Amino acid sequence: MSCWQTVQDYALRSLGYGERLLPREGYTLCEHFTLIGSGMIWNVYFGAIALFAGFFLATVVALGKGARNPLIRKPSEWFIFIFRGSPLFIQFFFAYFLFLSLKSVSPFFDAFTSAWLGALIVLFLNTAAYSGEIFYGALRSIPKGDVEAADAYGFSGWRRFRKIVWPTMLRLAWPAYTNEAIFLFHSTTLVFFSGFPAWQQRGDALYYANYFADKTFNPFVPYPILAGYFILLTLVVIALFGLVNRRLNRHLPQEARRGLRLRLNVIR
Amino acid sequence: MFSFCSDPSTLEGLRWLSCYLTTVKHANLYIAVGTVLLLLAITAPAALAFGFGGAMAARSRIWPLSWVGKGYIAIVRGVPDIAFFLFFVIALDQIFEVIRHKVKCPDWPDEIWQGSDFVVCQAAKLPLGNSPQWVHDAYGFFLAVLTFAIVFGAFAANVLYGAMRAVPRAQIETAEAYGMSRRQSFWRILVPQMWVYALPGLSNLWMVLTKATPLLFLLGVEDIVYWARELGGTALPRFTDYPHGDWRMWYFLALLVFYLGLTKVSEVALERLMVRLSHGQATTGGEAQRRAGA
Repeated sequence: MSCWQTVQDYALRSLGYGERLLPREGYTLCEHFTLIGSGMIWNVYFGAIALFAGFFLATVVALGKGARNPLIRKPSEWFIFIFRGSPLFIQFFFAYFLFLSLKSVSPFFDAFTSAWLGALIVLFLNTAAYSGEIFYGALRSIPKGDVEAADAYGFSGWRRFRKIVWPTMLRLAWPAYTNEAIFLFHSTTLVFFSGFPAWQQRGDALYYANYFADKTFNPFVPYPILAGYFILLTLVVIALFGLVNRRLNRHLPQEARRGLRLRLNVIR
Repeated sequence: MFSFCSDPSTLEGLRWLSCYLTTVKHANLYIAVGTVLLLLAITAPAALAFGFGGAMAARSRIWPLSWVGKGYIAIVRGVPDIAFFLFFVIALDQIFEVIRHKVKCPDWPDEIWQGSDFVVCQAAKLPLGNSPQWVHDAYGFFLAVLTFAIVFGAFAANVLYGAMRAVPRAQIETAEAYGMSRRQSFWRILVPQMWVYALPGLSNLWMVLTKATPLLFLLGVEDIVYWARELGGTALPRFTDYPHGDWRMWYFLALLVFYLGLTKVSEVALERLMVRLSHGQATTGGEAQRRAGA
């Protein structure tokens, strides 16, 4: 079977299109690349949507944590503490069994027990908590002068937030937020190892890499391929976030612009 | 456990629960909690040692060694950590077995990787097929510790490498002016001073390490996640004196609370450690303490 044929059969396998059975024997390099790459669709899906939705909740949570009113502050603090203080792996398990129990109460929760929605919700809340903490830190380090200048120009309320506070917060938080984005993509690999079933063997990249490693007893091929895909994904994320970073910093003098300096050492 | 537990079917409420939570099966869960703490206690120093080695290698003037060190730091950071966990456990096992195979059965005719089979001679199996169960458990745990140490060693190497570079250059120059060799200035000047700079990173790493412990489950160790799933599943009256429905949700809630508690305790302890280490240091933290005291 030619490689092109394999690509046609398995490129969308993770979504349920193409050949139904996973490869049983032979396990060519082409099959490795195609199936693991097919699984990456799920990693990108989980990461991108959770990141996008989490961004807005993170802003709200950061503002909540910075609020004076304890009725707003306390829930935000607890939200951040619970999601940052416990392992994502356990959160996945808990959420899965929680949805499973709710499913027996009402059929409305049927969809929540499948990964595409249930795991997405957990990732969304998790990234909102992590980025909320980052944004909160940035919010506290906004230069006093910026806010005073805004006051002097007569900005107040929503307009001050939208035009002055929020952009500055994003600018300060952006390098750390890029980190968070990368690690969110990495942690999407946990989904199918934590209770959420891979229905009809539609899994993510690690699921297929693990499948090959189990079948061939040779971890030295599938995992490096997976690593290669993730390094590519990381580079893409860095490039996209770098563009946003350039835009956020475009008003600063050339030397004062900070490039993205990444410190990649977080696991959840 | 308790004397009133002899006939569970007559028990109600709290008494039932106290009997239920002290069954022999639950003891496994509590032992697993101990396993997690043991893993933390062994892995943290081991990872620090790996990290120190990595950072030293990355600083080395011999370029192959420095490449190895930098590569070690860089690769682990670019790839999802569980991929590493899944990879290293099999890879280390196979590497050990291949080495033993080469030593013990030098005249073995067949290939080791035959298509999709991995075959070594009986004498090279790890652990040996006839060894007792606890050896298998201990070997699995050892592999898990080694895997954790390798992965977290890379993170620690990154932190320590940064901390070594954060020590003011003037300190090293002074050491050179006193005629110390490179080795002397490293051990006598750089290493004692770098810990203050490394502590924030290392404490962050500790938090990360505590949260990575449930991944033991993926490495095939019977850890708390395994037992929570096992004990929480629906228990039918036919098989147990303590029948209940699907309680896995509650078991995982308990685990969640356990980890939150662990995080809180670590936060408080690390905060204290930082206060103590900053004492008398020429950093903002040390300066703030001096002002508060004065």
